[in-house]
Amino acid sequence: MRADPPIGVEAIAMTMRFGDFTALDNVELKVRPGSFHALLGENGAGKSTLVKCIMGYYHPTEGAILIGGRERAVHNPKDAHALGLGMVYQHFTLVPAMTVAENLVLARDHVPAVVDWTKERDELAFFLSRMPFQVPLNAKVADISAGERQKCEILKQLYLKRRFLILDEPTSVLTPGEADEVLGMLKAMVQAGDLTILMITHKFREVMAFADEVTILRRGKLAGRGPVTELTPDDMARMMIGAEQLTVQPARTGEAGTIRLELDSICARDDAGEIAVSDLSLAVRAGEIVGIAGVSGNGQRQLVEVLAGQREADSGAIRVSGEAYHAEREEMRRHKMSLLPEEPLKNACVGGMSVADNIALREFDRAPFARSSWWLSRTAFRDNAKQKIARYKIKTRTPETPIAALSGGNVQRAVLARELGHDVEVLVAANPCFGLDFAAVAQIHAEIMAARNRGAAVLLVSEDLDELLELSDRLVVMFHGRLVYETRASDADLTEIGRHMAGH
Amino acid sequence: MADGSIGLWTVPLAVLGGAIRVSTPFLFVSLGECITERSGRINLGLEGTLVMGAMSAYGISYLSGSPWLGVLAAGLTGALFGALHAGICSLPRVNDIAVGIALMLFGTGLAFYLGKPLIEPTAARLPAIDFGWWSDIPQLRAALRINVLFLIGVALAPLLFWAFRTTRWGLLIRTAGESADAARAMGHSVLLIRLRATMAGGFLAGIGGSFLSLFYPGSWNEGLSSGQGITAVALVIFARWDPMLCLWASLAFGGAAALGPALQSVGVTSGYHLFNAAPYILTLLIMIITCSPKRTLSGAPAELSITR
Repeated sequence: MRADPPIGVEAIAMTMRFGDFTALDNVELKVRPGSFHALLGENGAGKSTLVKCIMGYYHPTEGAILIGGRERAVHNPKDAHALGLGMVYQHFTLVPAMTVAENLVLARDHVPAVVDWTKERDELAFFLSRMPFQVPLNAKVADISAGERQKCEILKQLYLKRRFLILDEPTSVLTPGEADEVLGMLKAMVQAGDLTILMITHKFREVMAFADEVTILRRGKLAGRGPVTELTPDDMARMMIGAEQLTVQPARTGEAGTIRLELDSICARDDAGEIAVSDLSLAVRAGEIVGIAGVSGNGQRQLVEVLAGQREADSGAIRVSGEAYHAEREEMRRHKMSLLPEEPLKNACVGGMSVADNIALREFDRAPFARSSWWLSRTAFRDNAKQKIARYKIKTRTPETPIAALSGGNVQRAVLARELGHDVEVLVAANPCFGLDFAAVAQIHAEIMAARNRGAAVLLVSEDLDELLELSDRLVVMFHGRLVYETRASDADLTEIGRHMAGH
Repeated sequence: MADGSIGLWTVPLAVLGGAIRVSTPFLFVSLGECITERSGRINLGLEGTLVMGAMSAYGISYLSGSPWLGVLAAGLTGALFGALHAGICSLPRVNDIAVGIALMLFGTGLAFYLGKPLIEPTAARLPAIDFGWWSDIPQLRAALRINVLFLIGVALAPLLFWAFRTTRWGLLIRTAGESADAARAMGHSVLLIRLRATMAGGFLAGIGGSFLSLFYPGSWNEGLSSGQGITAVALVIFARWDPMLCLWASLAFGGAAALGPALQSVGVTSGYHLFNAAPYILTLLIMIITCSPKRTLSGAPAELSITR
């Protein structure tokens, strides 16, 4: 039935410079035909740049690409597609407002001028019948789960008869169960000799379980490679991080105290007017971290927005230390409430304002920043910023640099400095480490644990189960806007949690 | 003039006739804007395009003696204006709404300047088909004298509805409007898709303008358009970017605009200006009813600068 064998891809001496910045420095990557290859590295290590050079999005400053053993010029993604290369992006490239069938047909190189939907649907159904996983053809992409979307993305590449697949962090939006299902099926296709796979990831578990070979990048340079059987996760971690010292996380000390943050039957809607949070009740005690697990899009974002005052709840009540809470500035101040929202640049900063201004945002109109609450003292802003920049190791050229110019990790450090640089009684954190490097993650985890040990009530919303299991005292699972499961983190069972995350 | 025998029936008849006559420019501009907006761009300059279309149609019809050549010229002028809008918007960090407002002023200004010599002469007008020949009632016959452009517009709405779902161009336009990233990942040029969509939108808006100068009211002067272009842009929003709903909304607007003159013709003169404001009141009412601070507009193309 199948005529074409899988193809191999090699990148030789790849160097990519963006102005002064060298994103890739003489990197070599060799993916054998019919293998499952993992590309490992921290954020900013150059993984995406490397695959974008292979796919023709970037034109490398130096270096060559061998496809199927022959040097090829790939000027744009269309060239790459024609050679049988396909890529599944970290951010979905399906059009949410269209159906799955429309998305699949649209992706073809030659879409007929007038589409005969009856014929196309029949052909798609036949194609799906030979595939290891199924997707609802007539459903709108916006209405299907993240797991199904990821399957659609992969099916789309197979439908286009691509024989070399690049997957960019394919499991970041999946439950552990879904991740194993999807990767297991791809692995089976690789073993059957249908495909070659290059997977970008930072999860050692997936590398160990599915990959044949691994290439590791660090700061744009090749840091190591080899067959997975000859490497341990510790080896790989050392290659990824290098000699950098990570912040040591303080030990968990002290017991949970009285109830600090209490959510009582909260209901809230999303931007489309659909119910996102439904009848949610939860209590967080002082000196306790409660983790909320769940696949992205199950109402976590809306819940955090309600707590942050960015969204109005339809009904329900929030109490902090027994008093009604409406997310007003005065209340946040009185209750020493801190927030680490997701996408900090968007939700916690003013991008065009300086690092110093952003660090002072909560207190800017009070002493010592302001006299009589209107006369601002630039000196106070600068002194405060210098102190916080040193203490939280924020890498910025000057305190006056606009915060949008900082890297993701340093933006989050600046927010951390503002939100945790004083006494904290209640802390709400949402995906605080998303997309950050090891050093930033270690520092943020240490700060959150330290806040807990000092007696803060911490509500931690995260899509990263490892992070939740590491930090939480208690774990709840959120599905379709409700809390469906609760367990002590110390005796949490990953399979059980995964099942509830998927709604079973 | 008024045939006393049908009495108050004059009002609904006049509203019907008005709905058909007045709605035609609304229909063309809103269908054009629908194409442009589905590709992810807003062209507020269609008011200027409409007036330019009206002027060039009148001029060409006068010079050539053929009103249909005038319609074609109006469409081409509109497409040219669309290309100008899309071209400027292709540059980095250019806001489509600001460009639209600039082109709105530029289009009307240029049309008045070039159209100065056209105020006096009379150009050949578009013919109408008499669908009321079977009736003795003059008001009914007047209401049913329907211009071919209206019929084309009515046919265009379901055609576009079908095209958005079943043709390659329809799917590409929607992709560019819903997710530019997805379109780029497939190797399509979003700028090129939007250029063509904006040109198509301008073409239709230009034709809408030719209706104004060549049929109703059927002359060229500076007060020809009373904001139909800009109203039609708003109309697309509450038609939820659906060509069929654009058709119904245009008819409703045409009817509302005819209410004031219709009531006046049966002697209801108090509140004449209030009734003339009916389309605008309708706009406000629909906006208030359909909008909510708690959710975004449903059906809005995700790439539009107002939804992003």
